[in-house]
Amino acid sequence: MKHPNEEELIAYHDGEVFQREAIAGHVAGCAECHAELERIDAVLAALNTMTVPDPGDDYGRQVWQQIAPRLRDRKAHWWDFFLVAPNAANWLEPRRWAAVGAIAGLVIVAFLAGRFTRRGGPEPIATDASQVRERVLILAVGEHLGRAEMILVELANAQPKNASQKQVNISAEQRRAENLLEENRLYRQTALKEGDTALANVLDELERVLLDVAHSPQEVTPAQLKGIRQRIEARGILFKVRVVDSELQRRGESAKPSPAPSTSQKNERNKV
Amino acid sequence: MKRMSPSVETPGDNDALAVERTLAGDREAFRVLVERHSTSVFRLAYRMTGNQHDAEEVVQEAFLRAYQKLRQFDGRANFGTWVYRIASNYAIDQMRQRRSEEAKREPVGRAGADGVELDPAALVADAAPSPERLAQSGELAAQMRHALSLLTPAERTAFVMRHWGGSGIEEIAEALKSSSSAAKNTVFRSVQKLRQALAPFVEPRGQAKAMGTEL
Repeated sequence: MKHPNEEELIAYHDGEVFQREAIAGHVAGCAECHAELERIDAVLAALNTMTVPDPGDDYGRQVWQQIAPRLRDRKAHWWDFFLVAPNAANWLEPRRWAAVGAIAGLVIVAFLAGRFTRRGGPEPIATDASQVRERVLILAVGEHLGRAEMILVELANAQPKNASQKQVNISAEQRRAENLLEENRLYRQTALKEGDTALANVLDELERVLLDVAHSPQEVTPAQLKGIRQRIEARGILFKVRVVDSELQRRGESAKPSPAPSTSQKNERNKV
Repeated sequence: MKRMSPSVETPGDNDALAVERTLAGDREAFRVLVERHSTSVFRLAYRMTGNQHDAEEVVQEAFLRAYQKLRQFDGRANFGTWVYRIASNYAIDQMRQRRSEEAKREPVGRAGADGVELDPAALVADAAPSPERLAQSGELAAQMRHALSLLTPAERTAFVMRHWGGSGIEEIAEALKSSSSAAKNTVFRSVQKLRQALAPFVEPRGQAKAMGTEL
């Protein structure tokens, strides 16, 4: 093997497995490379002697005291019940049974209300509960996708204000992506429950992109921005969002009172 | 004052349960996470920022952001790693901001008061002390801080995560929002810069390693 270069020696020192045996064999027999490896080790070993001040045993408590007044009270939502990963012990908690009770109560009330309003009326204007639920979901998801699409378009067009600017500020898009994440997750789970796998899949991909944006630094270099764009483009997410959004709009129009849509339309969209 | 619920205090409880309780509205459960992870996040933040004041700010901000974004946390992941990543991202932003403020204030480039945010030209301008003097006066540590301050925020993050945090290349790439090969290259550049800055002051450890090839 020829002499490994500096990058390969540093990677070897870091424990890189690629060509490890070959480099080890070479270094064992090459005084020059062995000396170079020792010099790398010496610098890194010296850096390891740098001390970090001990913040003290009480540090965690101090941090809590400083941030606690700045934490907004997190209100528990009924849907937390569905969002939190299931754990056998948790099913026994009163809060969970309260959530189950509340949902069951709502279902019963909706059922009774439906029966009551139908009785004696001239023509049943309202459709069945599943149609109403689906229409509400279509409208809400459509609006959600519209907002997500705007973020994606803005990111696709973001660029430094002038040639000398080395960073692009995407904090506004980042904040909006963060805000959309929670509802995106809820819609995805609802779509899954409704058996609308295509919509759930698109929302799942959208969630990954939103997470990517939300976790990016507030200011990114043009290269980082390009990376974000490439990841968005690689998923074709903007196209998928637009297709699903326009399809939802069509469904929203056609699903007003009458025909039961579901299966065939869902199947059609599952091809997206 | 609200008491911490006993089930959260038991030693066997894990981060996932504390996260779940926080999401369910139990704010005291988040305190457990803060108290458990503050010191390790502080170590990371100190190494990234180079001074205690900024490190403490990073720690506080990391936990505040973690609280706000807790719904995005994947319950199967490690909370410590997650908050570590939030802290890294915030520290990068903070370092970049400081650096650009420094550049505006002192375009010529001078050492800051804490010796951290230095213009690269400062290294050349500084007369390098002799190794003897460094050893005698403990200036090696200052020289190392100085060398670290010459790294870009991304390089410093990559170096700290790789060499002090034990992070893999994929994890670093995620924190830097870059590809794996770019992250690998950033780690290399950071070590290369540190070598250039410190080689004159550091002696190889020699015989301790002479017999083996594995360092």
